[in-house]
Amino acid sequence: MFSWFANPHRFLTLSSWLAPVCYALGALLIAWGLWQGLWIVPKDEYQGGDIMRVMFLHVPAAWLAMASYMGMAMMSFIWFIWRHEVADIAAKAIAPLGATWTALCLATGSIWGKPTWGTWWQWDDARMMSVLFMFFLFLGYMALRAAMDTRQKAARAGAILAMVGAINVPLIKFSVDLFTSLHQDASVITVDGPKMAAVYLWPLLASGLGHSLLFAGLVMTLMRAEIWQRRAAQIRARLMAGD
Amino acid sequence: MSASPILSAFRQALTEAWAGGAGALMPLGFFAGAAVLVPLGIGTDPTTLRAVGPGILWVALALASLVTLERIFQADVEDGALDLWLQTGAPASMIAAAKAFAHWLTAGLPLAILSPIFALMFQAKADTSLLAHMGLYALGGLAFFFWGGVGAALSATVRRGGLLISLIALPLYVPTAIFGALAMSGGPGSTGAPLFLAASTLFALAVAPFAMGAALRLAAD
Amino acid sequence: MITGALLSATDLGMIRGERILFRNVSLAAHAGEAIVLRGANGAGKTTLLRILAGLTRPETGSVDRAASHHWIAHREGLKPHETPRTHLGLWARAWGAPTDQIDAVLKKMVLIRPSDVSARHLSAGQRRRTALARLLLQERPVWLLDEPLTALDADGRELLLSMISEHRLRGGAIIAAIHGDAGFDSSREVTI
Repeated sequence: MFSWFANPHRFLTLSSWLAPVCYALGALLIAWGLWQGLWIVPKDEYQGGDIMRVMFLHVPAAWLAMASYMGMAMMSFIWFIWRHEVADIAAKAIAPLGATWTALCLATGSIWGKPTWGTWWQWDDARMMSVLFMFFLFLGYMALRAAMDTRQKAARAGAILAMVGAINVPLIKFSVDLFTSLHQDASVITVDGPKMAAVYLWPLLASGLGHSLLFAGLVMTLMRAEIWQRRAAQIRARLMAGD
Repeated sequence: MSASPILSAFRQALTEAWAGGAGALMPLGFFAGAAVLVPLGIGTDPTTLRAVGPGILWVALALASLVTLERIFQADVEDGALDLWLQTGAPASMIAAAKAFAHWLTAGLPLAILSPIFALMFQAKADTSLLAHMGLYALGGLAFFFWGGVGAALSATVRRGGLLISLIALPLYVPTAIFGALAMSGGPGSTGAPLFLAASTLFALAVAPFAMGAALRLAAD
Repeated sequence: MITGALLSATDLGMIRGERILFRNVSLAAHAGEAIVLRGANGAGKTTLLRILAGLTRPETGSVDRAASHHWIAHREGLKPHETPRTHLGLWARAWGAPTDQIDAVLKKMVLIRPSDVSARHLSAGQRRRTALARLLLQERPVWLLDEPLTALDADGRELLLSMISEHRLRGGAIIAAIHGDAGFDSSREVTI
C-alpha cells in the first residue's frame, strides 16, 4: 500500500489538493472546538475553573505529541526497510512539527498546572515527564540529522535513532510511571478519566481532529518543500557537473 | 564466524582506554569532581546530603560515561581502524558491543567500585548496603555505556559530537537512572527496582549493539 | 583456486548528496592483474575502492568478491599507542593468522629498529610501512590499495613495488588508486 505513495510525483499530485483540504477542514474544526470550549461549555470548578478550558488546546497537543513520534518512527522504519525516499522526507518533516506540538503540550500543561497544582512544573506527573523526554527525543533527532553531511547519511542516522527511541518509549514510560506512582501526594486530576463530562467530548474531539488535520497539512507542505528543494539541488549539481 | 576479531577489538579497546585516557583515572577524576561540586552547591547539611547522595552519584556516573564515550568510535573513524574492523567479517554489532564493554570495564566499573567512598562522603551509613549499591552502580553503568555507545556511534563522524551524544543518550538513560535511584531509596516500590534495573540493562545489552553496529556501518560509508 | 575474476564489479554508480560521483563503472580483477584507478581529486577513486571493499554501499550496481582482500588506505588503522609489533600482533590474532611470523615481517618491512616505538612517535614513512606490513600477515588474493606510495621514501617505494610484483606472480591481484606514476606495469587503467 505504502509503495503507491512512495512515488514523489504521485505524492506531489496528491498533496497539492489534499494539503489545502486539510488546512480548511482543520481550521474549521479547531475554530468550532475553541468557540465551544472557550465560550459555550460550562466551566468545571473541580478542574480548576475557567483554566480547564486550556484543555481544548492541551489534549490535542498531547495526542499529537505521541502520534507524531510514533509516525516518525514508523516512517523511519519504512525507509530503513524499503528505502522509499518519501518515507524519509515524511520523517524529516514530522520532526520539527512534532517538537512544536510537544512543546505546546508542555506549555499548556504547565499553564494549567499552576492554578490547579500550585506549581508550574510537577515532577510527580508521569505524563508531563514522558512528554518532556519525548521532546528531547525530537530534539536529538533533529540535531543528529542536521549534523550529517549528506542527506543520505542524515536519513540513515535519523532512522536508526528514531527506531531506537521508539523501542525505548515504552520502557521510559514504564519507569516514569513507577517513579511517579510512589509519590502519593500527586494530583488526582485526570483529564481523560471517566469523570469527563459528555458536554466536553464533542468540542474536544473536534479540536483533536482539527489539530490532526492541520498537522497533516503542515507535514505535507514541508514534504513538498523538501522534494522541491532536493530537485533544485539535483538540477544545480547537474549544471555544475556540466551535463 | 570466528570470535577472534571480537576478542581482538575488545583487547584493542582496553589498551586504548588505558593508554589514551590514563585508564580509569580521568573519568574517576571527573566523577569525583562532579560529585564534590554538589555539597558546595547545595550546602553541607548531613540529612540533605544523605538523601541526595545516591541520586547525585547516578547523575555523576551518567555524566562520566558520556564524557568518556565521545572518542570511542570517533577515534576509530579518524585513524582508519573502523574500516579494518568492518572488514573482519565479524558482525559490526558485536565489534561495537566489545568496545562498549571494554570501555565500561575501564571507565565505568572503577567508578562503581569506588562508589562506597563517595557515598561515605555523602554521609551514608557504613554498612553492607554500600556493597549492594556498588553492584547496582556497576549494572546501571553498563546500560549507560551501551546506550551512550549508540549516541557515540551515531555521532562518530560529527566533529565536537559530545553535545550531540548527550542529547541523544540522555532520554535513553532515564529508565536506568530511575530504577537505580529507586532501588537505593529504600522507600516503597524499591524492592522490585533492582530487578527492573537488571531487566533494563539486559534490554540495553540486547538492543543497543544492533543500533551501534548499524551506526558504525553508516560512519564508515 | 579461483578460476574467474577474483573481484568484479558491474555498473557501479555513486551519488554523494545530489552530486553524481560516477556511474556505469565496471571492472574485474583476475589473477596476476593490477588495475590502476585514475581520476582527478574528488572524482571518487577512494569511494570506488571503499565500495569494492564493501565499506560503502553503492547507489547502483554490485560487487562480487570471490576472494578475500587486504585493505590499505590513507588512514592507516594504526592507534597512537600501538607499536608496529603490537599492531601486527593484534591483526594477526584478529584474522587468525600465525603470530610467529611477525619478526620476519618486521624484518622484511625494515621495521625492526622502531618495532617497539609507539605510533605517535613514528615517522609518516614508518607508519605507512607498518600498515603495509599487514599485507604480509596473511595470504589474501586481492589487495585494495589507496595511494599506497604516499609518504614512502625511495627504499620504501622499492620495497612496496617488489611486494606487488611478488604478489602478482603468486596469482594475486591488485586494485590501486594512484595519482601520478604507478611504478609498476598495470594491466588496465580505469578512469572515473
